[in-house]
Amino acid sequence: MTRDLLAQEGGLDQRVNDAFTTVSDAVQAVIFYEVTIAGATFPLVVAWLAIAAIFFTVYFGFINVRGVKHSVQLVKGEYTAPDEVGEVSHFQALATAVSGTVGLGNIAGVAVAITIGGPGATFWMILAGLLSMSTKFAECTLGVKYRRENADGTVSGGPMFYLSRGLAEQGMAALGKVLAVAFAVFCIIGSLGGGNAFQANQAFSQMRNVTGGEEGFLGGGAAGVVFGIVLATAVGLVIIGGIKRIARVTGKLVPFMAVFYVLCCFIVLGANFGAIPEAFRMIVEGAFSPDGVAGGIVGVLITGIQRAAFSNEAGLGSAAIAHSAVRTNRPVTEGYVALLEPFIDTVVICTMTALTIIVTGAFTQAGTEGVQLTSDAFETVLPWFPNALAVAVVLFAFSTQLAWSYYGAKATAYLFNESKVADTVYKVVFLLFIVIGAASSLEVIIGFSDAMIFAMSIPNLIGVYLLVRVVKRELKAHEEGLRTGEIVKLKDRAGA
Amino acid sequence: MPEVVIVGVDGSEAGTRAAHFAVDHIGEPDASIVVAYVVPWSAYSIQTAEENERRHVAKEQEARSAQEHIVDPLVAALKERGCDAVEGVVRHGHPAETLCQLAGERGALHVVVGRRGQSKVKSMLFGSTPGNLIQISSVPVTVVP
Repeated sequence: MTRDLLAQEGGLDQRVNDAFTTVSDAVQAVIFYEVTIAGATFPLVVAWLAIAAIFFTVYFGFINVRGVKHSVQLVKGEYTAPDEVGEVSHFQALATAVSGTVGLGNIAGVAVAITIGGPGATFWMILAGLLSMSTKFAECTLGVKYRRENADGTVSGGPMFYLSRGLAEQGMAALGKVLAVAFAVFCIIGSLGGGNAFQANQAFSQMRNVTGGEEGFLGGGAAGVVFGIVLATAVGLVIIGGIKRIARVTGKLVPFMAVFYVLCCFIVLGANFGAIPEAFRMIVEGAFSPDGVAGGIVGVLITGIQRAAFSNEAGLGSAAIAHSAVRTNRPVTEGYVALLEPFIDTVVICTMTALTIIVTGAFTQAGTEGVQLTSDAFETVLPWFPNALAVAVVLFAFSTQLAWSYYGAKATAYLFNESKVADTVYKVVFLLFIVIGAASSLEVIIGFSDAMIFAMSIPNLIGVYLLVRVVKRELKAHEEGLRTGEIVKLKDRAGA
Repeated sequence: MPEVVIVGVDGSEAGTRAAHFAVDHIGEPDASIVVAYVVPWSAYSIQTAEENERRHVAKEQEARSAQEHIVDPLVAALKERGCDAVEGVVRHGHPAETLCQLAGERGALHVVVGRRGQSKVKSMLFGSTPGNLIQISSVPVTVVP
């Protein structure tokens, strides 16, 4: 019966797709404004993120390399004061932020990068991931530094707060307010696109793939809409219905799925062991002298950076919202911990996906895109994997949607002064976008998602640049404390 | 300095029995008793963003509730029995580890806990506070059934 229903409503997915394409094209034209320098054309916003990552890396003296050891110590709780036990730990803040970022960007986004930019895109993606650790360090330090403790004892943090409060402290209150409002607006729209519609789109794509593709159960004209409604109901139960148990179960499953995913990558790489050196050669050669890639080396470079940013979210300010709940009297410690996020997300998980796609040769197939490409790569060694991936993709999509609905809701709360009505309206629109995402095609969704997500980086990074001295001061004070022995490990404290 | 005895309680009948047992049978007559409740908490549990945001308030509520409903009534009951040197403590953490840590801080000579009598399967899967305590404590432990 369902199959008949889907057949009758044949054109609905198409109509939703057409309407959305018009809006998406207009938005992209503004955000991805392209410039041509020395014959190479690239969107300014990508350079904006890359320059920030390089600047912060140099300005903080390669904190992305020298800070890693200390960040691991902090996550292990080696510096946790006794009165901080029972509060949000560094590990918990990191885990919450990571489950928001690890998701389809790591599985589908990497496939998109390799389809467009070839294996060489991986090289630039890893480099962008390493450099963006410094950006994350700066924004998460500020997130904790300028968070607000509300009257009811809860905390609210993120770019809205460091832009408004931090810049006010520097005598730039008006600018801070404008940037904070701009960020909140972009964050709300971004949460609907990349944090939501793209997730629904790819989850549906993989589910359709494993149930028989175009000919299968989910191949009909309105199947996307139906799938979207089911997913929206599940998300709605948590974010509007307040059923926390679902969120908690998902939160526990996501790290497990991530580890399982990386293990599967190892199995596929193990089966293609001999092809690994060749894969590395293709990555490095493709990075500097790509064959048949639009835009040549600049094209590959941009593709890599773009997918890294989309996956690890450094510079966008989203993670600063999640990290700001940690209880610490030294904001910079959370900055250290946040360094690990792009590392886990991009340098480890994205690279594993990329290697898997390259060693299996899956990327040479024409006509496969996004998550299906990744799925095909795994299937060459693990025939059952597409089904497991479908479950993982739906779970990742779900957890990312929960995380982004939280970011969007915090931005809405900031804009509308904690209004309950605004909160509900936002959440209903969020659910609607799940349905739109599941019904639209990949290019439209990915273009729109990227545009909105990158837009967040404009107000956010202006603020981080203006507050960069504050971060440096915090960093210096902390390093000084470590050197003089004022800050010592728990086990080295007197009386411990 | 009078001898210190730590009594780990968890709101169950067994915890109450352990506290009275400590007064009656453990230590010198002037021993000081510390009634301790540990709110189970792990820094490595996975939480949602909303839970993180509310964590500080939740921690205070958990501590207050344990203090008011479990620790304070028991301290009052022991005082009524004429035992003056009684103090109540609420901490967050791994129950057995936190009790050991407290024993170290106070220089306690003994830790007393109750036993809930949970099933074998449950103990095997999740362990039990008395079981863990016996393994890691550096002072004698008495388990009251």
